[in-house]
Amino acid sequence: MKTVFERPQSLVDTSFHFCPGCHHGTIHRLVAEAIDEYKVRETTIAAASVGCSVFLYDYFDIDVVESPHGRAPAVATGIKRANPDKFVFVYQGDGDLAAIGTAEIIHAANRGENITVIFVNNTVYGMTGGQMAPTTMLGQRTTTSPYGRDFAQDGYPIRMTEMLAQLEGVGYAARVAVDSPAHLGKARKAIMKAFATQIENRGMGFVEVLCTCPTNWGMGPIEANKRIAAEMIPYFPLGVYKERTGSDFM
Amino acid sequence: MNHAVIMAGFGGQGILMIGNLFAIGALKQGLNCTFFPSYGVEMRGGTANCTVTISDHEVGSPVTSSPNGVVAMNEPSVAKFAPRIGEGGLLLINTSMAPDNDFSKDGVEVIRLPCNQIADELGNIKLASMVALGAYAGRCGVVELKFLEEALPEVLPQKLHKLIPSNIEALRAGAKRADKQD
Amino acid sequence: MAAKTFEKGNVAIAKAAVAAGCKYYFGYPITPQSDIPEYLSGVLPGVGGQFVQAESEIAAINMLLGAGSTGKRAMTSSSSPGISLKQEGISYMAGSEIPGLIVNIQRSGPGLGGISPSQGDYFQATRGGGHGDYRILVLAPATVQEMYDLTILAFELSDKYRMPAMVLADAMLGMMKEPLEEWIPKQAEEDKSSWALSGAKGRERRKIKSLFLGDGELAEHNWKMLEHYREVEAKETRVKIEVHDDCELAVVAFGSAARIAKSAVDRLNDEGRNIGMVRPITVWPFPYKEIRELAEKDIPFLTVELNVGQMVEDVRLSVEGRSKVSFAGYPPGYLPSPDEIYEEITKLLDKKD
Repeated sequence: MKTVFERPQSLVDTSFHFCPGCHHGTIHRLVAEAIDEYKVRETTIAAASVGCSVFLYDYFDIDVVESPHGRAPAVATGIKRANPDKFVFVYQGDGDLAAIGTAEIIHAANRGENITVIFVNNTVYGMTGGQMAPTTMLGQRTTTSPYGRDFAQDGYPIRMTEMLAQLEGVGYAARVAVDSPAHLGKARKAIMKAFATQIENRGMGFVEVLCTCPTNWGMGPIEANKRIAAEMIPYFPLGVYKERTGSDFM
Repeated sequence: MNHAVIMAGFGGQGILMIGNLFAIGALKQGLNCTFFPSYGVEMRGGTANCTVTISDHEVGSPVTSSPNGVVAMNEPSVAKFAPRIGEGGLLLINTSMAPDNDFSKDGVEVIRLPCNQIADELGNIKLASMVALGAYAGRCGVVELKFLEEALPEVLPQKLHKLIPSNIEALRAGAKRADKQD
Repeated sequence: MAAKTFEKGNVAIAKAAVAAGCKYYFGYPITPQSDIPEYLSGVLPGVGGQFVQAESEIAAINMLLGAGSTGKRAMTSSSSPGISLKQEGISYMAGSEIPGLIVNIQRSGPGLGGISPSQGDYFQATRGGGHGDYRILVLAPATVQEMYDLTILAFELSDKYRMPAMVLADAMLGMMKEPLEEWIPKQAEEDKSSWALSGAKGRERRKIKSLFLGDGELAEHNWKMLEHYREVEAKETRVKIEVHDDCELAVVAFGSAARIAKSAVDRLNDEGRNIGMVRPITVWPFPYKEIRELAEKDIPFLTVELNVGQMVEDVRLSVEGRSKVSFAGYPPGYLPSPDEIYEEITKLLDKKD
């Protein structure tokens, strides 16, 4: 009998705690596949962030240090500068990276830190219970935007990938989604590229992944999955925003 | 023995330089010492001062309210620090920058010396602070001139080492002029 | 004996860090400690190290957290307002048992305050400073030589006990120059291979974290930390006591206040009085036991600080009512002279006589 599908080696054999229909599990798997592909499991140190993603140390069979909210890119800077031979990645949600940790991500990117960043954008604060995030869509109701996000009151959802792609220190920047098999293929490819960017010393590799949060969106898994293409992708266009071929920014 | 001197003047007059020199000279003589500079927003263009405390035992306080001596390179420094000098103390006034100053205090010896003019005669007005230090050191006798001369290479930046002979000349000229005032 | 150089306190700290084998510095400029990053930015690249000028104090302390989690000797330095920003990271480091050195060259507060010397951060340093129930090692140098010696000791203790360590100095000690004898520690760096992150090669994966959500887990973690702190208190308390028989009064002061007070004490003793001096070198752990023993001999105390009363609370906790504790405080903006402290002591002696 031929094996056609198995757990990536760098994932621990355990069930995810994530809610039904949440994409975190899928994204974890894509990251684990990249770790396996580049054979970096034994040299990887990850900086976990605050939010639902903090538990990645329960799922990945790798060394992990926890960071304060938003500070993972600074923590990763410290790890990588002191250990340039290690593979270092961070995995942050939208509140973590695009609100409280804006300074840390922008300056880590601007310094061209050789780290890989997985940015999970689900337009809401998950773990704290569905509050408005910097990426919350206009009109989206959350527990702190009960009348729907209004630009006059809350500003517009922030597009991080476009912003970071401008910075010279970023070697690779892409936005992907995991809502369909076609998108999943592109997401896998983008994460692989973000890994390669670090391994080849080309600066920060950054991938934004559009993701569901059915629980805090008040939707079922199928409906939530549909929202990605219907509402999010039109505002957060998918694609590769930056791809540097050499470490010429040095 | 515990000797605390405040050196003060305009920024750029070389106050911190002579303070350092006095301190390192004291070290070379086998004494302990502490150098405490004024610092911060007043460093550029404003006033500069430092306290040098020399002792034959461990130095206690690096600051003092009653110094044994003051080297005042300008008028405002005389006004600010001279009244604090303790009994038996020594005050050096650079009369080139405080021409009409007539400060006096019981129990305080005052040396009035036109340091800029003396330096100018030596060929470099920037040596005025060295003249003042030579005069102060020569008169108070806490640190011998030869140790100040020995300390010059450590205090002057490398690019100014060619000026060590003229600095020595300025220290000696100051000491000589102060001596003559008896 | 090695030749002595004449060095600024800040530079002594930077040189000590290099001597201690610290190769990684993360910081943000602030007066009056910028000599430290300025010196290290020149030296660290030449010893295979890294100097990172971070975008903020917050980023700097988290870089230290990251480097520390991999067992590498690393440091950050700042002054009071910057140290406030670092408190989040310090709390996480303490909770995650990550070593690392934090230098605080105190300036005056609260708020933007000023750049003059102060000891206003005593509470913040000795009570943990950030959220949660934790302590950090706090060493308080009083000379340029101690800026050097205690920096090396702070690295060693931090590694040994896996907790952040702070050198708590101030603008006076940072800016002044004194003779310095440099030395290289002989003691090998603590082996951190049993816990540090290095990649899960040939061993179980490791998690360094401060989040404990399981039933009773966090309480257990806190108890374990307390046990650790008790050990540090028992083994690492350092204090310089100069108290003779029939001492009339003992002055308690640390850091720069101790330097100024010492001159007043010396003057009184020269005049035939019998005044003692107690100078805590570690302010956490604080020498409660040592001061209590003096109080049992019925010696009254005068605590002198460059603030309006912080360490005096620890002195009172040591004494527990056994003897009288007076306080002379000098809030920032100016430095007291030995004469002013002399007057304070004399007043107390007159009352007593």
